[in-house]
Amino acid sequence: MYATNYAKAASVQDAVAKLQAAEDGKFLGGGQTLIATMKQRLAAPSDVIDLTKIPELHGISAGPDGLTIGAASTHATVAGSADVQRVIPAVSELASMIGDPAVRHMGTIGGVLANNDPAADYPAATLGLNATVHTSKGTYGADDYFRGMFETALDEDEIITKVVFPVPQKAAYEKFRNQASRYALCSVFVAKLGNGECRVAVSGSGQDGVFRVKEMEAALNAQWSPDAVTGIAVNPDSILSDIHGSAEYRAHLISVLAGRAVAKAG
Amino acid sequence: MGIEGIGARVLRKEDRRFITGKGRYTDDIVERDMTHGVFVRSPHAHAKVLSMDTAAAEAMPGVIGVVTGQQLIDGAVGNIICGWMIYSKDGSPMKAAPWKVMDPEVVRHVGQPVALVVAETRAQAADAAEKIVIEYEELPALTDFSKAMDDGAPQVHEDVPNNLICDWQLGEEAATDEALATAAHVIELDLEQNRLVPNAIEPRAAIASYNEAEDHFTLNSTSQNPHVARLVLSAFYNIAPEHKLRVIAPDVGGGFGSKIYIYPEEITCLWAAKHLGRPIKWVADRTESFMTDAHGRDHVTKAKLGLDADHKFIGLKVETTANIGAYMSLFSSATPTYLYACLLAGQYTTPNIYCNVKLVYSHTTPVDAYRGAGRPEATFVVERMVEAAARQLGVSPAELRRKNFISEFPYQTPVLMNYDKADLHGLLDKGLAAIDYDGFAQRKAAAAARGKLRGIGFSCYIEACGLAPSKAVGQLGGGVGQWESAEVRVNPVGTIELLTGSHSHGQGHETTFAQVIAERFGLPTDNVQIVHGDTDKVQFGMGTYGSRSGPVGMGAIAKALDKIEAKAKKLAGHLLEADENDIVIEGGELKVAGTDKKLAWHEMTLGAYTAHNIPDDMEPGLSEKAFYDPANFTFPAGTFICEVEIDPNTGVTQVVKFVAVDDFGVIVNPNIVEGQVHGGLAQGIGQALFEACHYDDAGQLLTASYMDYCMPRADDLPNFALDHIETPNPNNPLGVKGCGEAGAIGAPAAVMNAVTDALGTEDITMPATPEKVWRAIQANRPAMAAE
Repeated sequence: MYATNYAKAASVQDAVAKLQAAEDGKFLGGGQTLIATMKQRLAAPSDVIDLTKIPELHGISAGPDGLTIGAASTHATVAGSADVQRVIPAVSELASMIGDPAVRHMGTIGGVLANNDPAADYPAATLGLNATVHTSKGTYGADDYFRGMFETALDEDEIITKVVFPVPQKAAYEKFRNQASRYALCSVFVAKLGNGECRVAVSGSGQDGVFRVKEMEAALNAQWSPDAVTGIAVNPDSILSDIHGSAEYRAHLISVLAGRAVAKAG
Repeated sequence: MGIEGIGARVLRKEDRRFITGKGRYTDDIVERDMTHGVFVRSPHAHAKVLSMDTAAAEAMPGVIGVVTGQQLIDGAVGNIICGWMIYSKDGSPMKAAPWKVMDPEVVRHVGQPVALVVAETRAQAADAAEKIVIEYEELPALTDFSKAMDDGAPQVHEDVPNNLICDWQLGEEAATDEALATAAHVIELDLEQNRLVPNAIEPRAAIASYNEAEDHFTLNSTSQNPHVARLVLSAFYNIAPEHKLRVIAPDVGGGFGSKIYIYPEEITCLWAAKHLGRPIKWVADRTESFMTDAHGRDHVTKAKLGLDADHKFIGLKVETTANIGAYMSLFSSATPTYLYACLLAGQYTTPNIYCNVKLVYSHTTPVDAYRGAGRPEATFVVERMVEAAARQLGVSPAELRRKNFISEFPYQTPVLMNYDKADLHGLLDKGLAAIDYDGFAQRKAAAAARGKLRGIGFSCYIEACGLAPSKAVGQLGGGVGQWESAEVRVNPVGTIELLTGSHSHGQGHETTFAQVIAERFGLPTDNVQIVHGDTDKVQFGMGTYGSRSGPVGMGAIAKALDKIEAKAKKLAGHLLEADENDIVIEGGELKVAGTDKKLAWHEMTLGAYTAHNIPDDMEPGLSEKAFYDPANFTFPAGTFICEVEIDPNTGVTQVVKFVAVDDFGVIVNPNIVEGQVHGGLAQGIGQALFEACHYDDAGQLLTASYMDYCMPRADDLPNFALDHIETPNPNNPLGVKGCGEAGAIGAPAAVMNAVTDALGTEDITMPATPEKVWRAIQANRPAMAAE
């Protein structure tokens, strides 16, 4: 790791000010990607500004708008939250499947969404539930937020404050792990939203990161059953291909996992 | 005998310090004025080094100096050796190209070191390393070793045409061809041994220091065999004569073979410690381990097995190409030849066996012995062939094996080995009972009802360990003897220090070796301290590899104990006024048989040291040393049976049942033996299902961290059902055979036989990843539908 300056931000405003004052600063969430990258000398920010101690980024609550999760909530906090388990158990389960215990006690939902790793889990729930991402500058619907692999709508100095998940009628998450890293090689989040709209979001597989499978959504809108989706083939042309899984295999897994997720959602 | 003697489940003495974080590993050691080294490594698989400019690096803060390969050459540092000479079938010696410690002109694999930067801190050294400017001319790389001998393939070394190091053979080709020609059935398979990365939990590390006043070096290092390290550092690398070099291997976190070898980093650090006048610590990071620890396996093989009309094996022909990597590592010539082909008889009476091995260079990390070293490869060939034969002939794989088992011992195989003793039918019987073989059809049907494909696979292995009779090793081209030494020092108060040339880096010697002593004298193991891993303390030793510390290391201990026992009895007879032949030692006492006369152990030992009343012809003190050279290899054998269930929708394979019945001879500590088997099985299952080492066409190692290289996890493995037969080894003082590698030797074939049984095709390679399994199912669908 190169030498870097570490600072705790006391508030969102303080964090933004510290970033602007830094030569080449980076916001730091749980650090489960950034710190590892810095240790490999693949990133060299002059300053890291820790967001996880900012009080307003914490807290989980269930209300009429849905389930609100503060951006600095760790995966372990989300997985263990009684509110999350009661209102959207699929999100609780998803959080419990991220990384290993050490990662889950450090990594944060805001950090995951800001990084938008194509193999991360939360993007699937965020897009699959049509969640709203609240930031220091405004709000984004999930469809507008994700802009490609490691790309989001965020500005350099923009901070995610919370994510609001609408409460669905049904939802479930199925994850097929990369055997080595245990990231998602392919994962599918399915949901039937409060208004009856069905969504299918896929992570781990898209060349442009998380994406929706509109054909499957249409099929589920017509009939919510595993059989509705397992027969729908996904075109491998836009699917990732690497030593861990070819595009063809991942595309096949999407159909399998979508069917399993629908079955699990009930 | 007794609760802490041979056969007792004594808890590991060393675990207290390991599990409380009090181990003392190389990186825990801090020397006065210690500096830190970082190696600059080649980013290319094959390139000429056109120029190197170190000036900017040398000017960086905290930098003590930069060492280049040319400096080592100018300093008369010798090339790295291969320690075993083999010959091609035309009689010519193997073509081992020079391995310069840091070749200043050509790099031949990604990660090859080209310079060492030494600074006050590791961070400063890493910063400075980035300032070294190297101009490379990239050259075409050879990473697919199956094409190594093709015309026009990139050449790894100028003087080794077609990258062919050696075209080696064993056995009678004409007789084997004739047997195959007359066979009623011939089974043919193309098989691959996937390349593995050793992944010891502790990366390699070294602290090199030089005392100018005494002209003396000390190397603390992660070595499995510190005396061998000192020998080659002295005799071949010209660091210092042996008496001017102390090598210490403190606590070492695993090796699996990869820490046998003396690598460029240790040599460079030693030379640089004198050159720069400061102690240097170097600790590999995980990616350096992936790039530079000697890898394992990596064969492609064509095999033919001939059977007569009665299904007796009559001929086995095996043609293998073995990837050696960019340079010939210490045992790289022996591992795919003598340690491989000599086991191709397996457990069977096959009368005609021929094996040809082509050893080839490639632009990849050197390949050498890794847990099992040649025997996993041999077992995989034999057991995959036998299983495939049973399927093609439509007979029970258990009964086909039984029909061909060796049942009379000793048995001379057609491939050099002379098996001393085994109970192969007994092992298979126990295995069949433990797996409930008769219930398999029902389990398969139940799995099918759940949408799963269930398969069963056998692996009946026999291996050779206890390396090795020195005379035989010498005749086969080995550069060293492979005896072991032990020194038993009994203190005046009766406690004991055992100095051993074996090295413990996970094997639990501090417990098992103490048990051997406890057994002999009826003393608690707490009264015994094991001293190992330090060339200043232990006179000499060959270290730990090849499951040798039980059969060979303990053999030396037993011999030294014989001498202690004889002297103790003589002294006790003198003190008790009895015939020494009437003295028995038990429960910590020396007794005159048939009387109530006795001495406590510590009374006798104190008597030896006060020497106030000892026989006139007896020297004072009680300390004895022994060297033990085994009469033969030892031959552990076993039956492994594996059951898997495959999800046809995803291709995921789950090992749902695994039975391992082993014959390790006498078992000293069942806990430790079971731990060794569990670890070996995990590695064997890892090879079969998970561990894939990928190089791209340019020679880049794509799997250089745990993000991409899959290690088996606990939840990938079933509860292992273990059982044993104890056939005492007739050639060993303690009857032991060795247990360190059996799991890794037998497991891959058992798993792949189960996977191929479930899939109904032989056409899948290791590791059987979900995608490969899924593709095999897709390719095989019409056949499966027709069933």
